Amino acid sequence: MTTAVSAPTERAEQVGEGRVGTVPRAAGAAVLSPWLDRLLARMGPFDADACMSCGICTATCPLGIDVLPRRVLRYAALGLGDQVRAAGDTIFSCLLCRACEVSCPAGVHITEDIRLLRRWLLQEGW
Amino acid sequence: MGLPVRDVAGILADNLRLRGSVLPIPARRATAWARGLGIPRGGETVLYTGSMYQLIPYIERLVRLEQRLGNGRLAALTGLARRANRLVNGVSLVARPSAAERREYDRIPANVARLLQRAGVEFGYLYEDDLYSGALAHDLGADAEVAVHAQRVVAAFRKHGVRRVITIDPHTTNMLRSVYPGLVPGYDVRAQSYLEVLAERGPGGTVSGVDEGDGHPAVVAASSPTSETSAARPGRPPGLRVVIHDSCVYARYENVIDAPRRLLGAAGITALEPEQSRTRTWCCGGPAEALFPQTAAAVATQRVAQLQAVAPEGVTMCPICLVNLRKAADGRLHLRDISDYLVSAVAPESGGVAP
Repeated sequence: MTTAVSAPTERAEQVGEGRVGTVPRAAGAAVLSPWLDRLLARMGPFDADACMSCGICTATCPLGIDVLPRRVLRYAALGLGDQVRAAGDTIFSCLLCRACEVSCPAGVHITEDIRLLRRWLLQEGW
Repeated sequence: MGLPVRDVAGILADNLRLRGSVLPIPARRATAWARGLGIPRGGETVLYTGSMYQLIPYIERLVRLEQRLGNGRLAALTGLARRANRLVNGVSLVARPSAAERREYDRIPANVARLLQRAGVEFGYLYEDDLYSGALAHDLGADAEVAVHAQRVVAAFRKHGVRRVITIDPHTTNMLRSVYPGLVPGYDVRAQSYLEVLAERGPGGTVSGVDEGDGHPAVVAASSPTSETSAARPGRPPGLRVVIHDSCVYARYENVIDAPRRLLGAAGITALEPEQSRTRTWCCGGPAEALFPQTAAAVATQRVAQLQAVAPEGVTMCPICLVNLRKAADGRLHLRDISDYLVSAVAPESGGVAP
C-alpha cells in the first residue's frame, strides 16, 4: 500500500488495498475549484491558501466563533462561494483586531484576507 | 441580530463619497477644539485629527438611538434610510450631541496640541481640510470609495504643502502611514502618532531613545516612574497607578507600544499591565459597534473585567476604545484618554482633567 503523500489526483488513484484505480470522490469534492481564491488574489494580497488549518486563529479569536477565521478562509481557498456568502454576517462581525494574525504560524495575512472577502461580498450584492 | 450589513455599509460608503466622511459633521463643529489655541493654518508639519475624537459624541447619540429603537425596528428602516441619506445628511438629522458632550471629546485634540506646543514641536492645522481618513470604510471593504477619498486627502496635503502629519488616534495613523502608500502613487507624507513624537522629545523635551528611522519607537522596556520623575511633575499626585489598555491598531498594526508607557512613566504615572496587553491586547469590541452592537458589548465587557481586575482607573489611547469600554464599564472602571493624564501631569493649568 502506498503511503507517500502526493497530489490529490494521484493519491485518489493509489489508495485502496494495493490496487491502482480511481477511488470515487466524496459527493461535491470534484467541483471544488480555487476560482474564488484566484479572484480575491487579483483584488489584493489574498493568501488564505497558506493556511495550515491548525486552529490557533480560532482559539485566539475574541469572538470565539467556530467558523472564524479558519473555516471561512478554507471556503474561499476551495472556491466554495455559497459557503462564504452564508458566513457573510460572521465575516462582517470580525473585529480585524489581528489577535489571530500575530499567532498564525503560517504568517497568513488573515485580517487583509477578511477585508478582501468583505469587498467581494459587497461587490456581489450579498 | 445585526443590522443589514449591505445597507449600513452602503450608507457609510455613500457618506464618504458624497460628504467626505462616513459620519459627516459640520466643519465648524469638527474644528471647534482649535479655537483660541493659536495654531497656524497649514505648514510642512500639521496636527491631523481626521475628526476621530470629534465624531465620538455623534456616534454615542447614534448608538443611543439604536438602543431605543431596537435592532429589529432599526433593521426594517435601514434600506429606506440609505435612500433618504443620499439626499439629506442623516447624521445631522438624528445625531445632535449637546455642547457639553462635544466638549468632552473636543478636549482631547486640544490636549494633544498643548502637549506638542509645550514640547516645542512646531505644527499647523488644516482646519476645514482636516478630513476623515476613511478608516471605517476601509475596514468594511469599500475600497473603491476609500481610494477616491484618499486622493482628496492627499490633494489637501499638497495644497497646504504638508510633508509630515502628526496623528492623534491609531486608526488615522494606520491609514496615513500604512494604507495610503498603497492607494496613492507617489505618496510621501510621513505620518507619526503624537505619542511617538512626544516620546522622542518627552513631555518636557527630555525623553529620548526612540528610533526615528521608520517612525516606530525602538523596543525598550516600559518606563517605570522614578522618584525623580514623579517629583518633577506638577499637578499630579505621585504614585498614581492606572491599568493600560493597548489599542489593537497601535499595538498590532503600527507597533506603538512603548511610547505611551514611556510617556506615562515620565509623567510619574505607573502603567499596570492587564492579563492581555501589548501585542496580546484584547479588543475593545468597538469595530463591531456599527453592525453588531451586542457583539461589541460582549467583547468590551470581557475587556473591562480584565482591566478592572488590575486597577480601578484605566488609560486608553483610541477614541473607539474609549467610548466602547466606557459604555461597558458603566462607571465601574474610571477610563480616561492618555492625553488627559499627560496634560494634567505637565500642564495642569491647560485644561487637563485630574481624574
